Amino acid sequence: MSWLVDNFDLVARLTGNHAILSVIPIVLGFVIAVPLGWIANRSHSLRSWVIGGGSFLYTIPSLPLFVILPYILGTRITDERNIIVALTIYAVAMMVRTAADALAAVPADAVEASTSIGYSLWTRFWLVEFPLAGPVLLAGLRVVSASTIALVSVGAIIGSANLGYLFTNGKQRDFLEEILIGIGASFLIALVFDIAIVLLGRVLMPWNLRKSPASKSIRQNAVGVY
Amino acid sequence: MIEFQNVTKQFPDGTFAVKDFSLVLPSHKVTVFVGSSGAGKTTLLRMINRMVNPTSGKVLIDGEDVAGLNPVALRRKIGYVLQATGLLPHRKIADNIASVPRLNGVPKSKAREEALILLDTVGLDRSLADRYPDQLSGGQQQRVGVARALASDPNILLMDEPFGAVDPIVRLELQDELNRLQGEISKTMVFVTHNIDEAFAIADQVVILRAGGEIAQVGSPAEILANPADDFVETFIGADKGKRTLHLQRREEDGVTLIVDAEGRPAGILGEDKG
Ligand SMILES: Nc1ncnc2c1ncn2[C@@H]1O[C@H](COP(=O)(O)OP(=O)(O)OP(=O)(O)O)[C@@H](O)[C@H]1O
Ligand SMILES: [Mg+2]
Repeated sequence: MSWLVDNFDLVARLTGNHAILSVIPIVLGFVIAVPLGWIANRSHSLRSWVIGGGSFLYTIPSLPLFVILPYILGTRITDERNIIVALTIYAVAMMVRTAADALAAVPADAVEASTSIGYSLWTRFWLVEFPLAGPVLLAGLRVVSASTIALVSVGAIIGSANLGYLFTNGKQRDFLEEILIGIGASFLIALVFDIAIVLLGRVLMPWNLRKSPASKSIRQNAVGVY
Repeated sequence: MIEFQNVTKQFPDGTFAVKDFSLVLPSHKVTVFVGSSGAGKTTLLRMINRMVNPTSGKVLIDGEDVAGLNPVALRRKIGYVLQATGLLPHRKIADNIASVPRLNGVPKSKAREEALILLDTVGLDRSLADRYPDQLSGGQQQRVGVARALASDPNILLMDEPFGAVDPIVRLELQDELNRLQGEISKTMVFVTHNIDEAFAIADQVVILRAGGEIAQVGSPAEILANPADDFVETFIGADKGKRTLHLQRREEDGVTLIVDAEGRPAGILGEDKG
């Protein structure tokens, strides 16, 4: 533990940077994947393009992507924007299918009813489809959050100052405590993010708190996706 | 006034839901479409608010072809009670009722105040305002559906079997309430049911439909009871006559002697034996 005490500033700085590098792709990925999911539900062919594209992107290994992106984006290889873009791509790839499924599972009755009393396409999306897809979207977001936080570490190999540095450095020096502290801090970030997402869900979707059969079945669907 | 002019609706799969349908629905009156399942009642209703567009023919509201109107604006001006209530499960009762006023930009507090008044109007306790739809009984939900349709004070109300999900006793109560309400608000109402007694109880104009939206007979309840157009109508209106306790009642306005059942609903008309 004396190592942690001596290097607390370093660990805190790496943790902070790790959290920032994670939160941006998580948020961007969600914001991009939800409209894509909506588009995927417009027609069969759109669906296969969007979902297929998502699966394809997800098969690209992360390290080569970190190395290729500078050529595409015109950034320096050590630029952390490469990591953010790469992880956003993964977040979209992971989230888009969930988003499409979540929006497709919105009860047709509610969509139909809101249209017939005068919701426009836009208001219907924001006031009916998006909130009713909320529980499943949130479940997907939790998975994306955990996986993004884990993936950020890989960036340390190309020089990003995040908790991954503690893994590579600890490995080089054959120093287990440093590695364990890296894992612990990374786990802490994941836990804090997860709790934040769950709390956000409770605040934004109060109807879902009640133990009614309807909300239970939505939760079961959310679990069923994974 | 709503007018159907030679309206036909054929669905993509080839089904003719409605064929060459023409009818005038007078303003401030209750027109009831009655017919068996699949007769085209819902399709007719939904052609008024452009949820279904006719294959041919026109639907006019006060002389204006609805095909030329913006569907979203049109729907906000027409109250619609859906066959399956159609309440939004994630919004509290008061918010459900306030849906259309909120879309029209009415401030939240004012919309809520009006929603509470509408709860009184449809005979529900204000304490239900902050519940969610699935915390209400089927009959309560249907009343909320009526309240929501009334919320923007539309001139036209479309009601698709609004009392379908309730037991006969509550159903009679709701029919009476609707009659009382119509006395106050006097909307142009289009009501769908497959229950002929309900049709007679609330209609100014009854439209009896065969399959394919074909009109078997149009008229006031008394006219239809007095002169059923054919065997189909006779069977339709006489299906459960046997269960009724009947008595006679003389109607002041036209001197007709009606046969009235235990609930005070006309069941027939007294005529001389012509044989
Ligand atoms: N979207 C659709 N596509 C194909 N056929 C349809 C569609 N909607 C309705 N129909 C058909 O049109 C006919 C009329 O349907 P409609 O829903 O208007 O009947 P209804 O009189 O309201 O019946 P119910 O009393 O059961 O509600 C039926 O044969 C139905 O199967
Ligand atoms: Mg119907």
